[in-house]
Amino acid sequence: MAAATERRDGIRILGVWLVLSAIFMPIVYFVWGPHLPPGGMSDQAAGQRFDNRVLGVVATPVVLLVCTFLVYALLFWRQTGEEIEDGPYITNKVKFSGWWVGLTTFTVLCLAVFGTYELENNNGAGTGSGPRPIFAASGPMLPVQVIAQQWRFTFRYPTYGGMETTSLMIPQNEEIQFNVTSLDVIHSFWAYQLGVKADANPGVNNIAFVKALHTGKFNILCAELCGLWHGAMTANGQVMSQASFDSWATQTEAQEAPVTKLLPKYSTVYSPDEAGAGGNYYGSQYPVNP
Amino acid sequence: MKMFEKPLTRGLAVLAVAGVLAGVCLWGIFGFLRSSVPTVDFSKTAGPVNLRVQTVAALGFGPHPTWVSYLVKDPAGAWVHSTIWQLPADRQINVTVEEYDSGGALRNNLWGGITGTLDSQAAINGQSTAVVDPSAGNGIAHTFNVPDLGLNVPLYGISSKAKNPCSAAPCSTSSDHNTITFSFHTPPGAGNYRWQCFIPCGLSYLYGNGGPMGAIGFMSGFLKVVPA
Repeated sequence: MAAATERRDGIRILGVWLVLSAIFMPIVYFVWGPHLPPGGMSDQAAGQRFDNRVLGVVATPVVLLVCTFLVYALLFWRQTGEEIEDGPYITNKVKFSGWWVGLTTFTVLCLAVFGTYELENNNGAGTGSGPRPIFAASGPMLPVQVIAQQWRFTFRYPTYGGMETTSLMIPQNEEIQFNVTSLDVIHSFWAYQLGVKADANPGVNNIAFVKALHTGKFNILCAELCGLWHGAMTANGQVMSQASFDSWATQTEAQEAPVTKLLPKYSTVYSPDEAGAGGNYYGSQYPVNP
Repeated sequence: MKMFEKPLTRGLAVLAVAGVLAGVCLWGIFGFLRSSVPTVDFSKTAGPVNLRVQTVAALGFGPHPTWVSYLVKDPAGAWVHSTIWQLPADRQINVTVEEYDSGGALRNNLWGGITGTLDSQAAINGQSTAVVDPSAGNGIAHTFNVPDLGLNVPLYGISSKAKNPCSAAPCSTSSDHNTITFSFHTPPGAGNYRWQCFIPCGLSYLYGNGGPMGAIGFMSGFLKVVPA
């Protein structure tokens, strides 16, 4: 009798779960999916949104199974008597446990393979995987250096006389190579809407790529706790049309020329010293420093 | 003490005592954590606000007498150890900085450029300039930088061999110093704008950005812009 009831409950839960999954998985992918972060401002952001859609679809049946089970338990397995009793021990369910462990392991491993593949192709190009990235965009590209310091980001354009700015401007439909570095502690350059997030390590050139598809503004944040003003370490960014970018860059290069003259020669990394950004800043007089 | 024999009364008494003790603990903790940096109010001033500030090599008092610091002269004319300044919105602010610290190199020479002031210039000892070369002369001692206003003014340092340096704040103008003047306009809306020095002047601290660089009241603070 108990076994028949268990089987009936199991079939009901399975049935409801399958129906709900069949309804919600397409909804998650086609209706909710296009609105998932980080949006579609760049090639890489759109790729990450695709990843989030896939992960969302895979997670949907898992969430639905848990919800179906909980709701079913609330509706049909309520304690009716006065006394609260423990249910019977579940024994001899090795086959069921095996399926459960096997299926969940298979799902997680598939996601790991999917995630690794996505990270190491164009969709994950904005993550920055060191000075020699596994995936490197090809073709002509604009190099832009991202310099982090406590507590601001600045941006250097080596092809425009090495000028440095406090806002990040990039052209639309052109491959950008970000060379991310730091002048002091570890920061993280996170251009949210572009799908770019790369650590800024002192003495390291961390390379990330992005190709902006649409014009518009984007936000830049530091994503690595870096001290008192970490929360305020933000900057503004803008994707411009190619013509607008050319005009801005030429004008800014001329305008910034007196300050650019003071800057050290462009390099992928800097080690600031007493004479400027070119040597070892910390001498032996500061033994507590690295 | 018969009243405490009842369980309900006894429970309420315990709760009351526990509540008072918890309140005292919270009051002590939050009192300790709360910033004690005072806000100096310039928002009642009519017309352009004249802000007089000094930067010193060593504060000379308080729990950190050796730390570099900013000070500001309040509307009554007294020097106050504070970096939180309340300013009226949409108003011209004329700043005079008395700079008493010795100069050196910048971590990023970009901060040698003057931006965000009314004419993108500042005057050092009366001489207008748009750029201060950190590797020339005495170098730069500190910067006044408000990121959200695009404001950056490098403060030219005094010589490290100055004969009459100021040893404790507030400094008198009879000590060796440079005077830097500039003006900027506050935004039309209210808001808090953080500012900081971009010279890693917290010597002996990690990357020079600890100590006074990592403490509000010394080398960083807020411009609290309020409706006029």
